[in-house]
Amino acid sequence: MAESPARTRRKFRYGMVIDTRRCVGCKACVVACKAENKTPPGVAYTVVVEHALPTGPNDKPLFMTKPCFHCERPPCVDVCPVSATFKREQDGIVVIDYDRCIGCRYCITACPYGARFFDFGENYPSVAEKTAYARVPSPEYRQFRKRAADTSPVGNVRKCTLCVHLQDAGGRYDQAAGRWPACAKTCTGRAIFFGDFNDPESEVARLLSERHGVRLKEELGTEPNVHYLL
Amino acid sequence: MDPRSLKRLFWISGLVFFALGLIGWRDRFLYGHVSANYGSVVTWGLWVAAYIYFIGLSAGSFLISSLVYVFNMKRFERIGRLAVFTAVVTLLLALISIWADLGHMFRAWHVIAYANFKSPMAWMIWLYSAYVILLVTELWFLLRADLVAGGRAPGPKGMVYRLLALGSRDQSEAARARDRWIVRALATIGVPVAIMFHGGVGALFGVVAARPAWHSGMFPIIFLVSALASGGALLTVIAAIFQDGWQRNRDTVIALGRMVLGLLLLDVLFQVSEMLVAFYGGIPGHTESLRLAIGGPFWWVFWWWQLVLGTLVPIVLLVLPTGRDPRWVSLAGLLIAAGFLGVRLNIVIPGLAAEEIRGLSEAIASARMTTYYVPSATEWLVIVGVVGLGLLLFGFGELLLPKEEEAGHVRV
Repeated sequence: MAESPARTRRKFRYGMVIDTRRCVGCKACVVACKAENKTPPGVAYTVVVEHALPTGPNDKPLFMTKPCFHCERPPCVDVCPVSATFKREQDGIVVIDYDRCIGCRYCITACPYGARFFDFGENYPSVAEKTAYARVPSPEYRQFRKRAADTSPVGNVRKCTLCVHLQDAGGRYDQAAGRWPACAKTCTGRAIFFGDFNDPESEVARLLSERHGVRLKEELGTEPNVHYLL
Repeated sequence: MDPRSLKRLFWISGLVFFALGLIGWRDRFLYGHVSANYGSVVTWGLWVAAYIYFIGLSAGSFLISSLVYVFNMKRFERIGRLAVFTAVVTLLLALISIWADLGHMFRAWHVIAYANFKSPMAWMIWLYSAYVILLVTELWFLLRADLVAGGRAPGPKGMVYRLLALGSRDQSEAARARDRWIVRALATIGVPVAIMFHGGVGALFGVVAARPAWHSGMFPIIFLVSALASGGALLTVIAAIFQDGWQRNRDTVIALGRMVLGLLLLDVLFQVSEMLVAFYGGIPGHTESLRLAIGGPFWWVFWWWQLVLGTLVPIVLLVLPTGRDPRWVSLAGLLIAAGFLGVRLNIVIPGLAAEEIRGLSEAIASARMTTYYVPSATEWLVIVGVVGLGLLLFGFGELLLPKEEEAGHVRV
């Protein structure tokens, strides 16, 4: 592996390896994430960006599914004036304390990967109030919040949590039991691999030792925990 | 135009702007950010641009007041108090603008309670908290003796004075000398504080490596120079309107005009340097925002608002013989002061409107995920209201606060 896991004393180092050769651009991950995290319009914890590679008749489009990279050195955390966003001690997942966040959006400007979104409090018009869906609380950080004006997470910045609400008490996920980040669980082409980089036996660690992964914008020194296989 | 009708125009526009602002504020309080047009790509909009604009005016006018109270420049003595008062008012306007921008307005106290010392925004907040206290204290000591003197007058004005004097009664020469000493000390401390805090606002943008157009060591310096230029420009206008206006403040207005011309040219030099270096390097991420500013959908903000109206016309006015006529000088000041709002918009918006990851704005269909940003009616109304409040505060300041001393005699 290119980076140095020895530097971290964390129990887990969760991250992803995404194989762009297996991604067909179906965006099932985007939909699965929306359904799991109940994100409002304009807020997406993962997106698929696509563009055709330039030049040549044989070139195919490049799809890139892009969650939060949970950087080792996250610029968003440094700039937050009230320490509302931080990298968790035990597993390196970058989270937001909704009750502390003042909604200044400095973290969005500082994230080089566009992984953060502001919750304007816009609701799904079709499900507002009367439907059963509207009554389902969102599982943010196990807090199961209901959306209402002037209460968090409306007015906060939101981001991918690697579906942290699916962890057990010990901080472990269980793929067999379905407690697994929604995007990785649903990926039709099996392009998204999720796991613990601290565990040399994990799928993600093995993939990186076998194939050459790249990370976006290495020059910024953010050390993302999401690697792309080209 | 005679000064009386100028003043009437001033009061009417203040009231109208303030009333229009109430519509915007009502919307802001009832519906939060729903009516604002920024999103998750262009995350900051007019309110942030207005904030750095007002805060620049404040830092600029404070630093110019320090020419009087620290460096003892007699030429600007007549506008010393006015400059400190301007610094207080524009700082208040800045804080209101940025307050509207917060997702949770009533958590603003978190920035004091939970400050993250790694965040330039936190440094800025601590520094301007110190600056607020310092400014208000300095203004009070500047006015104290006059407030005490005015407090003896009967009627509502006397009552306001007695209230503002906070129980102080001492009118002796010794007390005045002590006031002068305190003002000098505060103004001296204030110079590095104002430099650090407005440089800090520049650093707030400069440190963001994710936005290459901001990520420059020049940024804190450019912010300082543009603060001085815009603050000085505003003061030329204010000096021409208040305290018997341009007829009495003629020399001060002209001297200010000369200084502002120098500062504006320095600012242009710095901005040109930024652009030349960026375009020579030609790194797409770096030039993309600049290209947007000069050739994007809002090219006219750069060419017409910022360059022609805010820079070229005032430079011509100040260089030609019109530079010796206080009316033309104050018009140039007005153009420069207004032009700097264009400068601020052109820092904030194109800097954000360059996508960090190509294709991001097309990845999901949402009005919040677009690089195209025009402030909404609510956003404009809120800022119009803030400007209106500023005008009214100046008006009340003129009506109520003691005017500049003349030849040692207190005029009330």
